[in-house]
Amino acid sequence: MKLTDLFRYLLITLLAATALSARAQLSIEITGAGANRFPVAIAVMEGESQLPRGVTDVVRGDLERSGLFSLIEMGPKPVGETATPDFAYLRTRGADAIAVGTVVPAQSGKYELRMRLYDTRQEAQLDALTLTMTPAQYRITGHKIADIIYERITGLKGVFSTQIAYVVKSGKQYKLQIADSDGANPQTALASNEPIISPSWSPDGTRLAYVSFEAKKPVVYVHTLATGLRAVAANFKGSNSAPSWSPDGSRLAVVLTKDGLSQMYTVNPDGSGVTRLASSSSIDTEPAFSHDGQWIYFTSDRGGSPQIYRISTQGGRAERVTFDGSYNVTPRPSPDGQTMTYIARTANGFQIAIMDVATRQFAVLTDTGRDESPSFAPNSRMILYATEIGGRGVLAAVSSDGRIKQRLSVQAADVREPAWGPLPR
Amino acid sequence: MRYPLAASMLALALLAGCSSTPMTSDQGASVEDRTASSAGAIPTVRPDQMQGAGLAALRDPNNILSKRAIMFDYDSFTIRGEFMPLVEAHGRFLAANPQMKMLIQGSADERGSREYNLALGQKRSDAVKKSLMLLGAKEAQIESVSLGEEKPQCTERNEACYAENRRGEMLYAGEF
Repeated sequence: MKLTDLFRYLLITLLAATALSARAQLSIEITGAGANRFPVAIAVMEGESQLPRGVTDVVRGDLERSGLFSLIEMGPKPVGETATPDFAYLRTRGADAIAVGTVVPAQSGKYELRMRLYDTRQEAQLDALTLTMTPAQYRITGHKIADIIYERITGLKGVFSTQIAYVVKSGKQYKLQIADSDGANPQTALASNEPIISPSWSPDGTRLAYVSFEAKKPVVYVHTLATGLRAVAANFKGSNSAPSWSPDGSRLAVVLTKDGLSQMYTVNPDGSGVTRLASSSSIDTEPAFSHDGQWIYFTSDRGGSPQIYRISTQGGRAERVTFDGSYNVTPRPSPDGQTMTYIARTANGFQIAIMDVATRQFAVLTDTGRDESPSFAPNSRMILYATEIGGRGVLAAVSSDGRIKQRLSVQAADVREPAWGPLPR
Repeated sequence: MRYPLAASMLALALLAGCSSTPMTSDQGASVEDRTASSAGAIPTVRPDQMQGAGLAALRDPNNILSKRAIMFDYDSFTIRGEFMPLVEAHGRFLAANPQMKMLIQGSADERGSREYNLALGQKRSDAVKKSLMLLGAKEAQIESVSLGEEKPQCTERNEACYAENRRGEMLYAGEF
């Protein structure tokens, strides 16, 4: 690590710690990075001092935390959007790309941010865009710019402007919180004295389904985030749990015990139209739709130990997916349909594993032993999950190749049950 | 010394009530029906204000009915012999008091998936429910649910604690 990088890292950590004390938000620490990080320069944007905080820092922080980029130090001097970058100099500094931008006042108190991304070796423009923003939107604007840079360089969708949901337990209070993907702007959607588990985002990002124990038993609710209005999606005699949205958002897979053992059903998000999905004489739980809606992956103990199976949403026989080990649970198919993440019990405990859906080859991605509740980023590149460090619940993220590792924690509270939201529409 | 005596007398009373009910059930039912129809009075059931001698028994620390927890072995849903007297006492109590309603909350220890543990807790509460029904409790009186690993009684990480958390808890209406 170069001195400048070290300084930046310390500065980011310091800023994060400052933010933490003020807002008790998630702070992100990188604990592992990609082997070949793409060197990119993000110049300070001209005119951003008109905003409450700089957009540049948000972009840099996002790219840095992704573990896929190394930031080339550019100094404090802003570079405007109209300037032609000094490509030869940038190449000597090792930067393969540079982003420059300008913030200018627009109508009715808004600002316009004009940004350009260049390839320094080809000396060619990769992208150019103009975003309109209110001063308070400096963070989301920065996330959008980071998404563009990420997509242009890696070919994958950026996920910096997504949100995450998670549950914070402090004392006897449970809070279902929604925050930006970098942990900023945490907002509490539900505060309860009873546990909240299994949050699941609707595909359009407007609603969360979850299990709340506020009625002294598990009941599935669908919560519209903008209004705070809740609908009971499943409250049958017995337990109601494990909600998971169909890819088109029209149905929810749930687990009910109204007919005996824990079995899978689908319901409309308003609780109507209950249909049994499959019948077995064992526990069937943790249903999750494949990206194309063709399959339901689930956990079942029909073979004597909990293993992962899948069944066609059209019906038919269940097919066993995991064979190694005596405990494989919580299947979560990736949004791109290539892989599935799940929890495997290994000699080291409960760990995040990933399986190639086509070849059924699998690998353990983490080195912690109390991992649970994995959730794919919408670009299928990162997996957010809950684990424990120093006796406290924290969130962590690992790349699907296992190289990039991040840790997200809140001071003096347990964080668990993460769910990564969809791409903004 | 008087506590065990009181407890055994109550147990005898419960046993007597239980064994005599089937033999006189037809006569007893018709008498009750006549009384209800002639008087025209409809009783008000207040599930959160429990009344009568049997209800005091639920709260009497010296009565077996005040005990509510049944512990399970690892990965097991079988009620161990030591808990059978407790299940029997509550089964007979429910049978003798058909207006009483019970919520059974099953639990699992914290290891593994939260949702899978919820399903394990459900198997435990279902096992308790089935035993109570074999003793005369009616299906409509009992709801078996699961708290999974979410409400542990004991929060340390050792086998004694895990064993304490693999449980079924019997709660009467008004107690939850």
